[in-house]
Amino acid sequence: MKKTLKKITGFQLFLPIVALILVLLFNMIKTPDFFKITVLNGTLYGFMIDIINRASELAILAIGMTLVVASSAGTDISVGAVSAVTAAIICFSLGPDQQNYQMPYLVGILLGLLGGVLCGMWNGLLVAKMRIQPMVATLILFTAGRGISQLICSGQIIHVEKESYRILGSFIPKVPLPTPVFVAAALALVTWLVLKKTALGMYIQAVGINRRAGRLIGINSQLIIFMTYVYCGLCSGIAGAIMSSRIAACDANNIGLNIELDAILAVALGGNSLGGGKFSLLGSIIGAITIQALTTSLYAMHVTADQLPIYKAIVVVIIVTLQSAEFRKWISSLQGKRPVKAKAAS
Amino acid sequence: MINRIKEKIDEKTYLLIITILMFIAMYGAGMIIFADKGFAKPQMFLNLFVNNAGLIVTAVGMTMVMITGGIDISVGSVIGLTCMMLAYMMEFMNVPAFLAILIVLVFGILFGSVQGFLIAYLKEQPFIVTLAGMFFCRGLTAVISSDMINISNATFLKIAQAKIYFPFLATVNKKGKVITPFIYPSVVIALIVLVVIYLVLKYTKFGRAIYAVGGNQQSALLMGLNVRSTKMKTYVLNGFLASLGGVLFALNTCAGFVEQGRGFEMEAIASAVIGGTLLTGGVGNVIGSLFGVLIKGTIESFITTQGTLSSWWTRIVISLLLAFFIVLQSIFASIKSKNR
Repeated sequence: MKKTLKKITGFQLFLPIVALILVLLFNMIKTPDFFKITVLNGTLYGFMIDIINRASELAILAIGMTLVVASSAGTDISVGAVSAVTAAIICFSLGPDQQNYQMPYLVGILLGLLGGVLCGMWNGLLVAKMRIQPMVATLILFTAGRGISQLICSGQIIHVEKESYRILGSFIPKVPLPTPVFVAAALALVTWLVLKKTALGMYIQAVGINRRAGRLIGINSQLIIFMTYVYCGLCSGIAGAIMSSRIAACDANNIGLNIELDAILAVALGGNSLGGGKFSLLGSIIGAITIQALTTSLYAMHVTADQLPIYKAIVVVIIVTLQSAEFRKWISSLQGKRPVKAKAAS
Repeated sequence: MINRIKEKIDEKTYLLIITILMFIAMYGAGMIIFADKGFAKPQMFLNLFVNNAGLIVTAVGMTMVMITGGIDISVGSVIGLTCMMLAYMMEFMNVPAFLAILIVLVFGILFGSVQGFLIAYLKEQPFIVTLAGMFFCRGLTAVISSDMINISNATFLKIAQAKIYFPFLATVNKKGKVITPFIYPSVVIALIVLVVIYLVLKYTKFGRAIYAVGGNQQSALLMGLNVRSTKMKTYVLNGFLASLGGVLFALNTCAGFVEQGRGFEMEAIASAVIGGTLLTGGVGNVIGSLFGVLIKGTIESFITTQGTLSSWWTRIVISLLLAFFIVLQSIFASIKSKNR
């Protein structure tokens, strides 16, 4: 009995799934029609759909962040700012005209994603080649990114008026689920296939557990770490495109604001160690949905957007503390003492 | 003679010397380019200190933390929160100015101890802990109030606006009026903090322990130093300095609002790194950080004097400068490891 219990709690996806169930249960008690899904104009509406919809870009960021954490034992805190850069490039190149885009839609999106990839390359260069701690390296874009985005928009909010621009962030006509969900699912599937069918996933884990050992057995550690940062930049770019499509504009100050904490939280909640090494993409995605469920339920409790970070910060600290080896040692030493005391008493 | 100088200049001081030369070159260039806009006036130079008193204190704390090999990215939010707390307490709760300042400083110490405990005793990554701290404080600021609160407390404004004149630097302007350059009390506080921390780092047991812990934690432990408590004390002191920085910041702006101090952690880290503090820990100097702050101030005055560039450029230039110095450090480190 004890063995099976230990087996269940030791399962990597145990923490994220339990957390998700807890949040959902809490919501069910608080708002009875939480699980109600209605059909309106051929599309689905409801709290659950909203959570999955909003969790899409977070899941996309979490996929990139998971790889970065796994390979380099550090986090990329520039993801929100990079999203803002991408959004600015896309909105700037597509233009505000109601009838026509300034350039083909795909070219605009690709240009934006290229911007995201370039940002990722910059981070990767600093971390992999220059061996700078990931958070300091990405701190540069964390602050400069929004500045660059402002410069592209020349300090204004650029709107994209053409109706079809909204599709990426809302619904494709006659499809019941929102578009971002498909994008996130496709990206997750492709990433998972690439990591499983090639040795890349293994390489990333090997490099993350021990960079030197990885190099000694013939893995180009630098290249692997560099690639994870580039991929994270691409993911931020895709997330940025979706975010700007939702509001059909680029607001350099607010796009992806505070989302880096959510992304890190999703990765940590997914049972991934922030110290690098083994990772689970599925865990991070469940983590992302949990975070979004938490956010939505906090909104439902009339917590404003700029107060949200408090609760998330507390959750981060709790998770990191639970993961910490010192804390576990302390707990197990407490448990270890009990039998000794019992013996002495008897 | 040259040999003696060479002996003194080891790789630790290279970065500091580059920084000081860079500051002189930049300010000199500013005096030539913007000669007609008053860049050469003494007041312009003193304004570097007046505008950045809070940053000096914060950067000093950051330098200490970085010498231990850690980092604190929560300082910007702590500053925002302290400003908001001060403003809210004095405006809506009628707390006397000095009591409000005291409460805020105690809060800083408490906040620093929580972060320090998590980092030093539970061995969590400083980045993650302080990132959470950053969002926690930013959120708490919004909980207190989401509006901008102007401080109108008489005592507070008196402290904020008391001018300390430098008569010997007085100049006469075109209209024949005598202009005496001045500083505010906040600058004096900042410079006192700088000197005290400089002495602490250089001459006390605690200060040397900070360097030892950052240089090599294992050796420090084997030497019998208490690594955990040293780290803990550093983060507590840093929390105190961050909130003191917030008080000085509030003296300068006389207001509290949610967005205040956003991106400030970057400026503090950049100042420390530009001043020769190594990201890997063990090396650093608060005097260098002072010059880091002055360089940041010079860039800012360039951009405001020039007039047409948007204020976003300051952030971008500082970030680029930080990147440049980080790369420089990494090159120095690789040269050092090759020589070995």
